[in-house]
Amino acid sequence: MMDSSVKIINEWDIVAARQLGRNVAKELGFGTVDQARITTAISELARNIYLYAGQGEIMIEKVESGTKKGMTIISRDEGPGIPDLRKVMEDGFSTSGGLGAGLPGVKRLMDEFSIESTPGKGTFIQSVKWLR
Amino acid sequence: MNMRIPILKLHDCLLVSIQWELDDQTALQFQEDLLHKIHETSARGVVIDFTSIDFIDSFIAKVLGDVISMSKLMGAKVVITGIQPAVAITLIELGIRLEEVMTALDLEKGLEKLQRELGD
Repeated sequence: MMDSSVKIINEWDIVAARQLGRNVAKELGFGTVDQARITTAISELARNIYLYAGQGEIMIEKVESGTKKGMTIISRDEGPGIPDLRKVMEDGFSTSGGLGAGLPGVKRLMDEFSIESTPGKGTFIQSVKWLR
Repeated sequence: MNMRIPILKLHDCLLVSIQWELDDQTALQFQEDLLHKIHETSARGVVIDFTSIDFIDSFIAKVLGDVISMSKLMGAKVVITGIQPAVAITLIELGIRLEEVMTALDLEKGLEKLQRELGD
């Protein structure tokens, strides 16, 4: 099982992360709509790292569970963390003046979504898209 | 690898076809280039075609929405064309609504719409 990751340090890394994601999605056989969902979700997560944490990492893994196949996107950073998780999961909440549609959008684009964040330590987001 | 998006003039309109995936810098450069071109050519309308684009994230959507508002301030109307089904689906799921934006299915219909809007 091939896993890969992209370090997010500057804006170009956002492009690199979503290109990697799109390639893996294509390889796995996702259709064009799911490819767009996955590419967009990665772009949003990578941008959040760039904007809020300064640097971090996007990891992409192929997953299998029983007969299901899919793709996991992990976003990991050691940034300031999110003090109020409930608030950032509300639609329309943004601390950056409308940049980044935020995590609720990413959650809607993916099938599974979980987030852990510790103020001062960083944020870990794991999301999965299953092949249908 | 900073690339400029070509902006073509056709009578009193400008035509733009986005042919490759936009990075942040290219998108921002395009915003500036388009406004300068509107100023230079006194264009009254702009068509931006997205037929070749397979995803739009919140950043590109924001730059796009902004450039449409900015063009409006300068007296030019903008029509967006060629949004692919996958792009429309992901934009709405993401929570982005470009509600006051004029759209058309393809470049041809976009130009027709613009001509009607401009009353030619």
